[in-house]
Amino acid sequence: MCLSIPARIEEIDGDTANCSVGTATYNASLHLISHEELKVGDYVLIHTGFAIQKLDEEEAIETLKTFEEFKSLNESLDQEEKETNQRIV
Amino acid sequence: MKYIDEYRDRETVLALAEEIKRQSTKPIKLMEVCGGHTMSIQKFGLPYLLPETVELISGPGCPVCVTSRSYIDQAIAYSRLDDVIITTYGDLIRVPGSSSSLEQERANGANIQIVYSILDALKLAKANRDKKVVFLGIGFETTAPSSAAGIIQAQMAGINNFSVYSAHKVMPPAMATLIDEGVEIDGYIGPGHVSTITGSGIYMDIPKKFGLGVVISGFEPVDLMQSVLMLVKQIENDDQKVEIQYTRVVKPEGNVKAQETLDEVFEYGDDWWRGLGVLENSGLKIRAQYDKYNTEKILDVTVEPTKEPKGCLCGEILRGVKKPKDCKLFGNVCTPSNPIGACMVSSEGSCAAYYMYNR
Amino acid sequence: MEIKSILLGHGSGGKLSHDLIEKLFSKHFDNPILKQQSDSALFGVEGKHMAFTTDSFVVDPIFFPGGNIGKIAIAGTVNDLAVSGAIPKYLSCGFIIEEGFSYESLEQIVVTMAEEAKKAGVQIVTGDTKVVDKGKCDKVFINTSGLGFLDEKYKPISSGTGIRPGDKIIINGSIGDHGMSVMAARNDLNISADIKSDCACLNHMIADVLDQTTEVRFMRDATRGGLGTVISELVQNETYGIEIKENQLRIHEKVRGMCELLGFDPIHVANEGKVVLVVGKKDAQKAVEIMQQNEYGQQASIIGEITEDYKGKAWLETMIGGKRVIEMLSGQQLPRIC
Repeated sequence: MCLSIPARIEEIDGDTANCSVGTATYNASLHLISHEELKVGDYVLIHTGFAIQKLDEEEAIETLKTFEEFKSLNESLDQEEKETNQRIV
Repeated sequence: MKYIDEYRDRETVLALAEEIKRQSTKPIKLMEVCGGHTMSIQKFGLPYLLPETVELISGPGCPVCVTSRSYIDQAIAYSRLDDVIITTYGDLIRVPGSSSSLEQERANGANIQIVYSILDALKLAKANRDKKVVFLGIGFETTAPSSAAGIIQAQMAGINNFSVYSAHKVMPPAMATLIDEGVEIDGYIGPGHVSTITGSGIYMDIPKKFGLGVVISGFEPVDLMQSVLMLVKQIENDDQKVEIQYTRVVKPEGNVKAQETLDEVFEYGDDWWRGLGVLENSGLKIRAQYDKYNTEKILDVTVEPTKEPKGCLCGEILRGVKKPKDCKLFGNVCTPSNPIGACMVSSEGSCAAYYMYNR
Repeated sequence: MEIKSILLGHGSGGKLSHDLIEKLFSKHFDNPILKQQSDSALFGVEGKHMAFTTDSFVVDPIFFPGGNIGKIAIAGTVNDLAVSGAIPKYLSCGFIIEEGFSYESLEQIVVTMAEEAKKAGVQIVTGDTKVVDKGKCDKVFINTSGLGFLDEKYKPISSGTGIRPGDKIIINGSIGDHGMSVMAARNDLNISADIKSDCACLNHMIADVLDQTTEVRFMRDATRGGLGTVISELVQNETYGIEIKENQLRIHEKVRGMCELLGFDPIHVANEGKVVLVVGKKDAQKAVEIMQQNEYGQQASIIGEITEDYKGKAWLETMIGGKRVIEMLSGQQLPRIC
């Protein structure tokens, strides 16, 4: 359920924000979100024409960082497995 | 595209798949409650990447699938009234009622329009003051606030020829009922966008009462694989709890403004779910002070008696106790171009998904 | 299912259209030429091999970035002939015009048609005009039929009888441009994206490939129902399978963005200037290079291959390494919340 896509705010006009996904744009309603602090360049999730949440940049970076560490851990484990010919959990 | 592409990174997904394989020792069944997750899992072909020990099963989180046939029948009855314009999300248009569908009614001359947002329906009402515009409100906590906002805006703008026919539902009662009924699962992949609105608190009972973990997940393949890994770890370590994988969006407290909007317009009531029956406080009803915008209160129709299709196992399939191939209708009588049951209609329904994959 | 009345989906080029053709048209019009069921009917007249095709155009809006209804009316029919291996020669065109339609717009459409026909090297040699009461049709509908000549050696192309495992699948560029261009231009969903339709006559590019290679086994233009429909139709006879690699598909960012917003799968979005070719392994790369020389094939690439395995199924290896089946669409894609 609930198809919702991150979109970049390009312009805010009162209760509406012009948002872009890729280079397609859509005028989303801000009625369901506290938007006093929203600014151009922020990303929001859009669902059925409404912005429903601001993307948390710090959390996003944090998640991606875990992935990076995770990938390198995985690579080193693979390497170790190869070297020792043993399966490491 | 930012916040999309980086979560579709092939290397990361494959590394996660490898890690799931390493950590998963006992066979487990994880239920993705949300139809959007079912869609992503299909679209990216994730089952192909998971080890045999991890089975994903689809839950009741497809609003089209759990909506009753009598709701469709009643929507069809509204569409046959003079001066009515039915507005709906594309999801509902092909769902079969007892003897017709909205698509069929449109071909017969009813004014039925597909909209992307309730705001488009409001615009139509404004432009057609001599018509009554009915919006079919389906969906869970993610979608219901937008219906609430639509009603509030109609009131503020003095648009009086607009109403909502609500079949909005909330998720937690269904998740609890499934386990109560003995559906065998080992953990929930929690609905990410429902939780965006509600916060993570609504699932706290599930580990406490049922000993099952819930990981609230995003919708990109990296998100889903990480959520599976988190659940595998919980199960392997016997440490079941509510966790948020989708931290860039889901906050423990949720979206308070959306919750307030929802509460302003809707109240809880009992509701019927396909496969689960009537669940206490699982439906969202429009409050009495907004009767003016409640289609059921302002338009009178006679609805044909509901006829459920014989032999259709949608109910059991939605509970995860039967697989689509157990159904005699599946694949021969019931196909995506001739859906008998709701699970075949919606592209995120289990039967449609199964038809696409495994035929 | 028994068809009670015609639904929009019956015209979408997907499964419902197939049912209608099979249950109604093929049943009553039954004859050996119709049975070929390819883009053009192939037959012989006094020792010459001919290809004959027809198509009607009802696009809304009639003007969109990258073209108009007249341009598609020419390109659609020229391409249907060209993908059958024929050299398109003569076109007819029939107009159904709504009372009150602007003369200026009509002229603009006709001028485009003339230009496009000239570029493609075809002549519009006969036509018809009907005007209907206001409201009885939407502005203007156009039908074009086309006749072309066919070298005998290309006869197997339209049926694809020469296809065998190991053959490569090629497309001449990005997918989904036309469908999303028209949808954005219609603007009833309030999404704006300045997407240019890929609408174009591909006959010269196709002729270059046929002239310089020997292993073209099959061609089809991926119009309604998109690339996905062509691919799923190809495996229907169950003698081979197909594997497509998603990371080889080109999708413009605007098209992707719009598809994400609406929940559409670009693989099923319409094109009007894309041809899918099946070419033997030896010639595949050469075919790609020849196409890249043409303005409509600069982004041509190999996107997959015909496989011995999984007969009757078309698999997509997804961008993240998963796998799923490419199915034929049941009806049109609709904006969804889920």
